[in-house]
Amino acid sequence: MIDTARGSTRNLPYPARRVRAASLAEQQAAFAIALLDAQQPLPTGLQGPDGQPSARRFAVYRNNVVVGLVETLKAAYPVILRLVGEEFFVAMARAYVRVEPPASPIMLDYGAGFPRFIGQFEPAAALPYLQDVARLERGWVEAYHAADALPLPLSAFGRIPPEDIPRLRLVLHPSARIARSVFPIVEIWQANVDGNGSLSIDLDDGGDALVARPDMEVEVRRLPEGAAAFIEALRAGASIVDAAAEGHSASSRFDLAGTLRGVVEAGIVVGHDSAPTGSLEEA
Amino acid sequence: MPGSTLKPSHMRMPKRAGVGLKAEHYRTIIETSPDVGFFEVHAENYMGAGGPPHRYLSAIRDRYPLSLHGVGLSIGADRPLDKDHLSRLRRLIDRYEPALFSEHLAWSSHDAGFLNDLLPLPYTNAMLERVAEHIDQVQASIGRQMLLENPSTYLSFAESTWSEPEFIAEIVRRTGCGLLLDVNNVHVACTNQCWNPVAYLDACPLSDVQQIHLAGFATDADEKHRTLLIDAHDRPVAEMVWALYAHVIERTGPLPTLIEWDANVPSWPTLKAEAEHAQIVMADIDGARRRAPSFAGSTGNHRSHGAAPAQSRSGGGCP
Repeated sequence: MIDTARGSTRNLPYPARRVRAASLAEQQAAFAIALLDAQQPLPTGLQGPDGQPSARRFAVYRNNVVVGLVETLKAAYPVILRLVGEEFFVAMARAYVRVEPPASPIMLDYGAGFPRFIGQFEPAAALPYLQDVARLERGWVEAYHAADALPLPLSAFGRIPPEDIPRLRLVLHPSARIARSVFPIVEIWQANVDGNGSLSIDLDDGGDALVARPDMEVEVRRLPEGAAAFIEALRAGASIVDAAAEGHSASSRFDLAGTLRGVVEAGIVVGHDSAPTGSLEEA
Repeated sequence: MPGSTLKPSHMRMPKRAGVGLKAEHYRTIIETSPDVGFFEVHAENYMGAGGPPHRYLSAIRDRYPLSLHGVGLSIGADRPLDKDHLSRLRRLIDRYEPALFSEHLAWSSHDAGFLNDLLPLPYTNAMLERVAEHIDQVQASIGRQMLLENPSTYLSFAESTWSEPEFIAEIVRRTGCGLLLDVNNVHVACTNQCWNPVAYLDACPLSDVQQIHLAGFATDADEKHRTLLIDAHDRPVAEMVWALYAHVIERTGPLPTLIEWDANVPSWPTLKAEAEHAQIVMADIDGARRRAPSFAGSTGNHRSHGAAPAQSRSGGGCP
């Protein structure tokens, strides 16, 4: 590591301009490393008004970066914050920020890996449902900012001959997200998002969640058994009949008619297309 | 000069006070159509594909001029500008047609990712070339002039060979960009660096200022008990900053002036009152200028804005 740009360029056998540019980049790299890791020494060449280094002043930048990212996570995961409390959340978020700083300047996207991180965060192991609730909350943020689309009403399917329905492929709303869980994450989320949080919830009564924003409001629903597998197959491009097979293999209690109606009523179907290749796959 | 072919960007921006648009206030603004000069948004907050933020912003843009303020382009990074980010900015500008587009004299992106803060730069010739190159690229990409905002800083670089206002003036001269003068940043930087804020402002290319930012700061101290101001945007504008603002407006006349309040966001009436105060400062000074063209001070009677700005250093440990 070089001391300062000025001191380092004198004895190097490169054209001055190229060395200058490289040293600027190296200087910023050293600054970035010191920002993210408080154990690193202060970058050289930075000074307070008396020309001396100042750890306290550099700490303002460190603090801005970390606190800013932790605040972003707090805003994106309000139910996790409520479930674990301020102190625990901040410690967990600070640990996450160190291993997964943002890759892009769009802070709306930050924190996609937080649910997975929570699942591996040892101190949170006593709350096994936490990472699934976090996936639901991540789905909420993604649904909020997803592209807009107009949901099809049930009546849009009335003109289709019944025998064609099984081979139909459905276009799902860009906001539709599924969070799977063996825990009752919808009930846990619901009880904490409005701030009452005092309901007693039977943890054995689990189920998957559908998160979607058909218009201006994000809606969270509990899915019946097999529905998550059905919807995910639809999204992957399967026809209704093929997706239903996925639903049935996920659960013997999968109800195609009820789920199909529920999916349309939830506003997550925005288009359909008959599936000419569907018959080939069936054959 | 590349800037000479650029469209002036400020034609549709009224020389009035505006407010930073916060999600908390979307509905109040839509329902009550308050009388403010313009709204400003952070570009990156509207880079989602759809949803309520775009719906509200479209409805507000239909009624008010808009200023688009980028916080993530990292113009001062010694690495190529992020082309994807530039494209996103261009699409946003095409969609909302803001009257002004601004970015910061700072860096925030690095090979390890985005650092989510506005980090300081050394004021050297090499840095000047790099920043000017990037601004040329931005202006070519968006097809219009951008405004560059002066930073708030907590440290300086031993290797700097330019003063901050002279560095900014030279960038403006080379690129033809305009200046977004953040008066709170001037106060914060001058206090932290022991610079004279009036001398700073007098060295700024004030005729190139097309917009002003005002905000509140937090007060801390460093390890040598010297005052350390933090650019917090979480409270009202300080008296000292209002005084510096009046000093600028006396020299420039009214300018589009933004109240930035991004944390501990207050109720709408509190925020609007800050904008109204800026409006009154501009009106008083403008009235006095019209009555007496050679006028050099203000006779305004509202709060402290007529007072000559005192030193920012306030005995906070400056040599």
